[in-house]
Amino acid sequence: MIFTFPHLGNTYIIAKSFLDDFGAEYVVPPFNSDRTLEIGLKYCAEAHCIPFKLFVGNMVQAHEMGADTMLITGGCGPCRLGYFGEMLKKQARDIGINMELITLEVPDQGLKELASRIRKVSGTSNVLNIARVINAAKNIAVKLDNLEQLAREKRAVQSVKGSVDKIYGGFQKDILNIKGSANMERFIKETEDRLKQINVNTDAKPLRVGIVGEIFTTIEPYANFRVEKMLGEMGVLVDRPVTVSGWIIDEMIKKRLPLLKDKKHEEAAAEYLPRMIGGHAQYTVGNSVLNAISGYDGVIHLYPLGCMPEIVSQAILPKIEEDYGIPIMTVIRDEMTGEAGFATRVEAFIDLLKKRRDEHLNEQSKMLYGN
Amino acid sequence: MKRVGIPRGLYYYKYSALWETFFKSLGADVILSENTNKKVLTNGSNACVSEACIPVKAYFGHVLELVGKVDFIFMPRFTSVAKKQYICPEVCGVSDMVRNSVRGLPKIIDPEINLRESVKNSWRAALYTGEFITGDRRRISKAYKEAVTQYRNKRQALKFADTEFGKSLGINGSAARKADDSAAKLTIAIIGHSYTVYDTFLNMELIKKLNKFGADVLTLDMLDYIVSKDRCRELDKQFFWDYGTRAYGGAIQLIQKGRVDGILALTSFGCGVDSFVDELVEDKIRCESDIPFMKLVLDEHSAEAGFLTRLEAFIDMIVRRRQNDIYISTSGKHVYNC
Repeated sequence: MIFTFPHLGNTYIIAKSFLDDFGAEYVVPPFNSDRTLEIGLKYCAEAHCIPFKLFVGNMVQAHEMGADTMLITGGCGPCRLGYFGEMLKKQARDIGINMELITLEVPDQGLKELASRIRKVSGTSNVLNIARVINAAKNIAVKLDNLEQLAREKRAVQSVKGSVDKIYGGFQKDILNIKGSANMERFIKETEDRLKQINVNTDAKPLRVGIVGEIFTTIEPYANFRVEKMLGEMGVLVDRPVTVSGWIIDEMIKKRLPLLKDKKHEEAAAEYLPRMIGGHAQYTVGNSVLNAISGYDGVIHLYPLGCMPEIVSQAILPKIEEDYGIPIMTVIRDEMTGEAGFATRVEAFIDLLKKRRDEHLNEQSKMLYGN
Repeated sequence: MKRVGIPRGLYYYKYSALWETFFKSLGADVILSENTNKKVLTNGSNACVSEACIPVKAYFGHVLELVGKVDFIFMPRFTSVAKKQYICPEVCGVSDMVRNSVRGLPKIIDPEINLRESVKNSWRAALYTGEFITGDRRRISKAYKEAVTQYRNKRQALKFADTEFGKSLGINGSAARKADDSAAKLTIAIIGHSYTVYDTFLNMELIKKLNKFGADVLTLDMLDYIVSKDRCRELDKQFFWDYGTRAYGGAIQLIQKGRVDGILALTSFGCGVDSFVDELVEDKIRCESDIPFMKLVLDEHSAEAGFLTRLEAFIDMIVRRRQNDIYISTSGKHVYNC
């Protein structure tokens, strides 16, 4: 069996650590590109969402490289993601490629079924060994997210533009040649040290912008035109509260343990969206409120066209904008979105935020544009 | 008397009997918004985010229609209407969308309806709702029982489409029964959410149009849910959408009965649930039967002429196929035979 998995930001590193430690054979599909999306568009109905189209693209490209089994995560929530596994199976049949799908979730049949799925990957039934590997992968996920956060912080204040991405971009490529979670952890640590030594402009007081929205579009750089890099180079400190490690810990490991879950966003969202409606709508609403409370200058809301939960949050965000006086911009991504148009909107938004902050420093009242 | 407004949109088309009976036997004055019309839809689209689907926009319009006329608006928060199932996230969140984007709303009655874990939650929702109108628990319990009975009767009657409700929709006679014997008349099945199939403005009187062509109409409500659920077992992973189970299981039932002359899938633009469910349904129908299938997509720009032309062509094709008794291909049929 040769495994593969779809791309979602840095998750390929986590999946790699997971599969390396089990000694499984696998291929990492090419990073998402226009070609990946084109393949997805060719085979999918137009009404499917961008994440699904890119997943199909990844699947076909991985198949070209020899993969025959794809690992994905799932769920049973009302969002479409829960049914991706079945739809990908159908899509593979229609395209005429041989691809087995393994969905890592707790299925209807219970934990036993999940265990048998994991056994397919691990090749061992040793529970201790499996738990150790999963724990190592989780640790990698947490360290990666810390590294990403560090890169964001440094990017906003770097004295030479591009110095962060020289290191960070190199890291993303070089890690493909490193095997095993222990070695990867070491490499992440090294990169972290290198990033810490970058020359920074200590006087800079960067604007702070939160990125909220659908998990795939906010995390996958191809789906959001590398918005974090774009903003960082404008000297903006970006914060993205929804992370891969957070998702793994909350949705996969602690799913059955509701008491231990991080509930900050739920409490913050309670006034606007008091219950789960699927996807990350509650995170979007809750984190926007949290960002506003902690004095962020603005919030950017991203989601792919047709994402049902985020349509609900889009309708709620203007109320938060008004109640807390924080500018929020919604940008919807589909396969027709052009990068230049996207960049223009982001730039204009940042210009407004700058102006707004200057006015505030001159003791004028902070006003919301457009009101 | 307390005036309770019920927006005539989304799940009203399924639970009208339940809600109306409940409020009436509690002694409240039930005020419905008018049938969907151009004004309702325009107002709704203006108040709602443009990405939402057309039934949600219409729902916004219905709520606006009630503002100022009632003391309470009944906007339940749906999470699930059947065991182990969810409904569409947009419908789940619609009451929060309305609450946060429409100003000057009267008091909202928003019981949480979540039957995913236990059916008892339905009574809890009724109790919560009833307490807005009266403090008398026994009265609420009585009203609830009455409402559930009414609702069950109506649903049962709808299966045979002999009800006033059925007639008012233009479903004449008993298409479901006719589907079992080879009647001379055409029978067309419509697969779609109750709020698009029964909202005559949104679907441009689809049912009446089909009747005019001399076709009987069969909707998903006329098929047995338990059987549908059973038929869905062939899937590796069960749908977690109530509609998915109904549509997919319904399609299999239609194929097995083999007495429908055509199947129409009615969906609204941007419907995420349908994007997956309809694809599986279409695949099933095309691979395992030769029943003609057509998908109709609705949005606020749908033009009636184009809609009618497609419908006419579909019916003509079926009629010719039947009269001449020769093989006339349905779309795509020549290319692949599964």
